[in-house]
Amino acid sequence: MKPQEHTASAHNFEECMKCTICTAYCPVVPVNPRYPGPKQAGPDGERLRLKDPYFFNQALKYCLNCKRCEVVCPSGVNVADIIQSARIKYGKEQPKLRDWMLANTDFMGHLARPFAPIVNGVTGLGVTKTVLDATLAIDKHRTFPKYSYKSFEGWLKRRSKEQAKFEKQVAYYHGCYVNYNNPQLGRDFVKVMNALGYGVQLLDHEKCCGVALIANGMSQKATKNAVHNVKALQKAVDAGLKVLTTSSTCTMTIREEYPGLLQVDNSGVRDSILLATRFIWQLLESGQAQLKFKKDYHARIAYHIPCHLEKLGWGIFSTELLKMIPGVEFTLLDSNCCGISGTYGFKKENYEASQAIGKPLFDQIKSVNPDFVACDCETCKWQLEMSTDYAVKHPITILAEALEY
Amino acid sequence: MKNNEYDVIIVGGGITGAGTARDCAMRGLRVLLVERYDIATGATGRNHGLLHSGARYAVTDQESANECIRENMILRRIASHCVDETDGFFITLPEDDLNYQTKFFESCLSAGIHAEIMDPKEALRMEPSINPDIIGAVKVPDGSVDPFRLCAANMLDAKLHGAQVLLYSEVTGFIKDGDRIVGIKTFNHQTHKTGEYYANITVNAAGIWGHHIAELAGVNIDMVPAKGALLIFAHRVNGIVINRCRKPSNADILVPGDTVCIIGTTSTKIPFDKCDTVTVTPDEVNLLIEEGAKLAPALASTRILRAFAGVRPLVAADSNDSRNISRGIVCLDHEKREGLKGFISITGGKLTTYRLMAEMATDLVCEKLSVNKPCETANAPLPGSDGKSFREVAQKIWDNPTTGQKAAAGRLGTGVTNIPAASSLDQSLICECEQVSVGEINSAIERWDVNGLRDLRRRTRVGMGPCQGELCSCRAAGLLAKAHGCTDRARADLQRFMTERWKGMYPIGWGDALREAEYTQWIYKHVLGV
Repeated sequence: MKPQEHTASAHNFEECMKCTICTAYCPVVPVNPRYPGPKQAGPDGERLRLKDPYFFNQALKYCLNCKRCEVVCPSGVNVADIIQSARIKYGKEQPKLRDWMLANTDFMGHLARPFAPIVNGVTGLGVTKTVLDATLAIDKHRTFPKYSYKSFEGWLKRRSKEQAKFEKQVAYYHGCYVNYNNPQLGRDFVKVMNALGYGVQLLDHEKCCGVALIANGMSQKATKNAVHNVKALQKAVDAGLKVLTTSSTCTMTIREEYPGLLQVDNSGVRDSILLATRFIWQLLESGQAQLKFKKDYHARIAYHIPCHLEKLGWGIFSTELLKMIPGVEFTLLDSNCCGISGTYGFKKENYEASQAIGKPLFDQIKSVNPDFVACDCETCKWQLEMSTDYAVKHPITILAEALEY
Repeated sequence: MKNNEYDVIIVGGGITGAGTARDCAMRGLRVLLVERYDIATGATGRNHGLLHSGARYAVTDQESANECIRENMILRRIASHCVDETDGFFITLPEDDLNYQTKFFESCLSAGIHAEIMDPKEALRMEPSINPDIIGAVKVPDGSVDPFRLCAANMLDAKLHGAQVLLYSEVTGFIKDGDRIVGIKTFNHQTHKTGEYYANITVNAAGIWGHHIAELAGVNIDMVPAKGALLIFAHRVNGIVINRCRKPSNADILVPGDTVCIIGTTSTKIPFDKCDTVTVTPDEVNLLIEEGAKLAPALASTRILRAFAGVRPLVAADSNDSRNISRGIVCLDHEKREGLKGFISITGGKLTTYRLMAEMATDLVCEKLSVNKPCETANAPLPGSDGKSFREVAQKIWDNPTTGQKAAAGRLGTGVTNIPAASSLDQSLICECEQVSVGEINSAIERWDVNGLRDLRRRTRVGMGPCQGELCSCRAAGLLAKAHGCTDRARADLQRFMTERWKGMYPIGWGDALREAEYTQWIYKHVLGV
């Protein structure tokens, strides 16, 4: 290659034309004056940090890592990656106990699951919330997701023989949420896949994707998880399986953050990791499979697209799939971050900003007044259920409910 | 005594003139400095910004090398806010002669330069951007120095000691009394008025333009204008200066300066009438990129911000090769040389040795005026410098400084406390790339003789970042319009400024620089209607 034929820079920070559209689209900027915005925190700040690491600004922690800046950037700059990389490289603040607890979703789930009825009862109490607020700075308005007494993994293992009978097979990366909090979503997924003629198998021991670890400054542990997961995924891919997911954030993390932030090579598995809605829509659209829906199904559904699904560019698969269900009255909500961004909104210092970011979305849901809201993201679900009176269902759950048998 | 009479008049607002004005003023003389345009518009603002350790000259010119290392150490003390103590490497590539390294190393030691032969692997660990093929590396105490900041600080200190500074005032002729120069005639480019100023001594510190000034005075300094072209890359590729360990040649120094890094130079003789209009040719750009990529391979794929060229004020010898001409300091007493009294020329030298040049010129001035006061510039810190890093300065002032406050402390040192920061407007940013606040701009307009955007850029770095004025110049023009009470003037100034920005981007007008320029043009032409 001739000199200067192509220029390259870490996360394309030099390609920034300073158009500032990222800052205009950032959900944090209008609600938190302490946050300098993605342009200054990202490409502008990077030049300064290269001059002297002292230019690292603690205010970078206010970044939601929602990736909306990357979606709107006309120059292909990975703005959020620049910001998160800087936090990893220069951030000196040790994670607090609270951050550790919020970040280690699998460990906490593992610990809480056997005592689920007690844990759920205790975390739901007003007095517990007040104590958590005062001691750990977990905002008292938040409700912890309920833990399930039985894990999804155990449920599926007990059905591995019957699943193996299907001629066509997929692997399932269920993530912490399905395993510890909402195994029903996993069961719905298995139901839908079985109806399509696919058996579902687990990966050879998946670990938490690591998104909460990255967000809470524990990138080393996240990298360990990433290396483990890529190996487990590779095994499935080598066996000729597609790996399906139901969490948009886990999917985005494995596909984008592993190579982009953690420098973990996922090139062997990246194209085989698909959100279930994408895989199913393609099956139905191409006529390779059919689903039979209930004749009397009726629901008015408002769909909220999670930021990380926006980043993947795959929101269309979920929306089109929902529209295929007979009897669905579908409304696409305006693209607006709900404000929680995983563990971000749980922290007391972010609560107000978090709710201010989501407000236009909450208001729109109320004015649409659907039967329920649909969304591919578990943390958006927590936020929307806490901030509105509407239930939030995963498109796969909706699909399962609408199926004829 | 009339108000246009002084002890000494200094011609030239570059670093030599500013340093001489400061030294003369500190010795109690009544000083007038006249400059044709703005401070640091000649060679002072058009170089690498390398704080020489002297190593580059060690093999060929021990005296210059020794001057450099002594001044280098002095500047670290008296101009801490202008100096970045980066250190430097002299690397040997496979095609270079490794024997030269031995000679180089010994010459450094004999010139008093603390050089250290490094294991190439260790050098690569310390500075990962270095060409990994290197077979040798020597560490020396090079650094980087901000020439605009250094010049402005000297100018400010001269004024604090009573000197008067006239910018945009060109010397058009001398007033003679027999065989003595007793004053100067000037033309002000802004007011279009002429003036006459008198002094017992006039110091010619006009760099390459000093040749012309001497002619006006009726004497001849045989100068050789040697153009040097350089490229600015959009961010710091290296944190440590990288030099090539061989006989000085083209494009063999890469200096990290503030937020950017600069590769250079070339060396071409040019005629005197081209000194005001030097441009960078495509051949020079190619050469700088190709040779630069041998020092740091990343330069081949790093975005270039702009190209620029300066003219070295070399004093002629018999050789035709401009690199072999002495770069040592030339202090000419024209009374002894040609019998012209009251006229001194100070030239040659380097940015690093400006203080010594100023001392030599001022010593001669004092001798002629029978003033017996020793030079104190080597010990008295410049305004803003307290010998501490910008990190220490910022931490002392603020508990939790913002990025903008850190950047301002880097530019102004302890002088950062003079910036108004009371209101949120004061703190809001004009220049986002370099983090320059409204307060800093207003303070520069008030305190630093700012006539327009270009002057403002030299004092604050406004418009020096990757956007090259795209976002900041119209905002800054607004503040200037307010300060000067004239929008038409600010508008014309804005046009000139954007044209000047484009001039530096034109030679490297491809890729991201071109995209950015087109976007800028779209904003200014089609959105703002400028």
